[in-house]
Amino acid sequence: MAIAGAILSRLLKAAITLLAIAILNFFLVHAAPGDPAAVLAGEAGAADEQMIADLRAQFGLDQPFYVQLARYVGNIVTLDLGYSFRQGQPVLELILERLPATLILTLTAFWISLVAGVALGVAASARVGKFTDTLITGTALLFYATPLYWAALMAVLVFSVQLGWLPGFGYETVGSGFGGLARALDILKHLILPALTLGLFFMAVYMRMTRASMLEVAQQDFVKTARAKGLNPATIRRRHILRNALLPVVTLAGLQAGQLVGGAVLTETVFAWPGIGRLMFESLAARDYNTILGVFLVSAAMVIVFNILTDLVYRLIDPRIGHKA
Amino acid sequence: MSVLKISDLSIALPKGADREHAVSQCSYEIGAGEILCVVGESGSGKSMTANALMGLLPEGVRVDHGTAEFGGKDILRVSEAEQRALRGDRIAMIFQEPMTALNPLMRIGDQIAEVYEAHNRHRPAERREKALELIREVQLPDPEKIIRAYPFQLSGGQRQRAMIAMALALEPELLIADEPTTALDVTTQAQILKLILDLREKHGMAVMFITHDFGVVAEIADRVIVMRYGEIVERGTAAEVLENPQHDYTRRLLDAIPTGMVPQSVEVAKAPALEIRHLKKTYNTGGGLFREARAVRAIDDVSLTISRGEVLGLVGESGSGKSTLGRAVVRLVTPDSGSVMVGGTDMAALNDSELRAARHKVQMVFQDPYASLNPRHRVMRALTDGPIAKGVPKAQARDRARELMETVGLGADAVDRFPHEFSGGQRQRIGIARALAMDPELIIADEAVSALDVSIQAQVLDLLRDLRQRFDLSILFITHDLRVGAQLCDRIAVMQKGKLVEIGPVSEVFLNPQHDYTRTLLDAVPGGGWGQAAE
Repeated sequence: MAIAGAILSRLLKAAITLLAIAILNFFLVHAAPGDPAAVLAGEAGAADEQMIADLRAQFGLDQPFYVQLARYVGNIVTLDLGYSFRQGQPVLELILERLPATLILTLTAFWISLVAGVALGVAASARVGKFTDTLITGTALLFYATPLYWAALMAVLVFSVQLGWLPGFGYETVGSGFGGLARALDILKHLILPALTLGLFFMAVYMRMTRASMLEVAQQDFVKTARAKGLNPATIRRRHILRNALLPVVTLAGLQAGQLVGGAVLTETVFAWPGIGRLMFESLAARDYNTILGVFLVSAAMVIVFNILTDLVYRLIDPRIGHKA
Repeated sequence: MSVLKISDLSIALPKGADREHAVSQCSYEIGAGEILCVVGESGSGKSMTANALMGLLPEGVRVDHGTAEFGGKDILRVSEAEQRALRGDRIAMIFQEPMTALNPLMRIGDQIAEVYEAHNRHRPAERREKALELIREVQLPDPEKIIRAYPFQLSGGQRQRAMIAMALALEPELLIADEPTTALDVTTQAQILKLILDLREKHGMAVMFITHDFGVVAEIADRVIVMRYGEIVERGTAAEVLENPQHDYTRRLLDAIPTGMVPQSVEVAKAPALEIRHLKKTYNTGGGLFREARAVRAIDDVSLTISRGEVLGLVGESGSGKSTLGRAVVRLVTPDSGSVMVGGTDMAALNDSELRAARHKVQMVFQDPYASLNPRHRVMRALTDGPIAKGVPKAQARDRARELMETVGLGADAVDRFPHEFSGGQRQRIGIARALAMDPELIIADEAVSALDVSIQAQVLDLLRDLRQRFDLSILFITHDLRVGAQLCDRIAVMQKGKLVEIGPVSEVFLNPQHDYTRTLLDAVPGGGWGQAAE
């Protein structure tokens, strides 16, 4: 089966890539000056030599470089991402705890931006040069040009502080004791503002891309063929133009989807969203090696997974891929 | 009884175009079951009328005046909805470019069935059956497979058949065919023309056939109108127009067509300019971790010689390897084995720096005169870059450039202009001058006149013939058009699937072809019968 073969081949390559990324990350992090033992000891307020040395020995930081690397790679293969000295918790556990929040936020934002962006792009291209087109393109440009953090702060100010419609921060109401459906609704309420803020920016990108692509495809010969058949304009737009115009949008969406895990640092920070982005940010500040490496690795894995997914989607839309001799 | 009656039709171009009207004051009729050929060169306005009838005029172009009566109505003035109801149902159209005229993401069967859907005919399940019938009718192989195939899995000729199937779906009274065979190989063209003739016979539809090729006209037309600058300059039955043209322009177009007349080849027994020995080139496609590689033999053990001062025509259909052979001689493609001797140097065996020094020995004239000149460089630069790189002093190269522009008939002053200021034929002259500027031992002309209108084509061929006599040029003339080959060449080599199947003097190859494939190619030339009758 061609598709199964392709997936297998991609997974094999993915595994190799992931290993290479892990090793590269390890070098990068260790190339930076300072080590976590010093930071930990500093925070504890007692920075005597003996304590730092003990800490180093405890975490294996006194071992030669290559031993640390070999141990790290070995651990990764067995899915052991190490222990976060700072949070006092295994890294894998830490990441798995934060991952759902980030995925809920970024996937929601992703779908909002993709669906709305494509819809608006189609609408704008159908009335190119008219008022609707100008309105859509202008609004999209505004979203595109507005810095994310500013838009986020404004959204909190207006909808949360002034109007009080929606909660301005957090993942759910702390201590509410909600369960089941009530909890889901509560999370949804918390989700709206950050997801919209994050989504609007990308929506502008997809909208512009879709509009340009639609206009280009509309000029192609097969669209004239479709018109010569006597099809109505709506069918031509949906069946002939849109499907072909989506190809570059899918490419772009695939690239962006890869950044879903690590790409929401700003939004997570402004809305105090307990996700991976903030975890990475905090670990960076604290030189929490194992956590940083873990987050890097999970982000990289996500990029690879979404790349494979994009390729599969591409195969579904474009029959030429995978058939070529 | 006429199916379509066009009266006094004028189509206005947007302001700022090169003329006010694309079509002005044209009147003609097409009867049921009749094939009317509308002939003209590019820009004559021959396609605009078709687009107007279909309601598919480009933005800014509009019908200015006149009527087109079809089925008791003036179809130029009905509502968009009414026009849509006509399109694909009672009037159908097929286009020039089969490669791009089908939606690449839709199955052939769905694209055919869509015509029924557009006009609300039949239930979905029946539509598939109908599509299958149509695929059979246009003689596509393996209908059950074709119906599920995507356009990229079909050849150009097969795609054009699929287009025709769509056009036939609702048995239109009028079929408009806009240069439907121009992009196809001769043998495929002959098959498609025959198919159109058969279908006309069977369904009795009227056909408006737009073409620039009088060979095609001779093959299928009942009546002909000739257009120039948007006006009809001549009309009549096919026999009248072809045998007794009244208008000067028609006569020029007819004269410009290479006929079946075969020139006497000059005896050339001088030293070889090019000697190809056992040349081989295989392309490996695909191949990956989980995929099987496929090998295509583009050049399969070809040996041939071109004498100094000789023009060798290399003919074959697309995919025959003729272009690859040309590119291998210039070393744009590196052959796998064999030798290419040009003036004592084996081009196939040179390393990169030796190759740079030897490049000037072989020069190429390309097919597309629009794409083969850098639009940002003046002609002077196009003509002097090569010689200066070769070591010719700047002043001398410039003088030579002026002289060459004179030689190719454009005038020395033209060197200071940019490519876009020239027409297609003029640009091809620049392309030839550029090749000559390097004083090559051999010129390779790869479909050098294929993109040009017939009358321009004739002029460029005249120029090549003239240059060849004056400078004793050796030319490898690659073409898919046998008629053009016959006009210029001393000998003809025929390639099929990478192999050289026949080579000999033009008269031998044309009048007494030895290989089956050569015979097939010759039989397929449109208007072949008419050309010989006219002699």
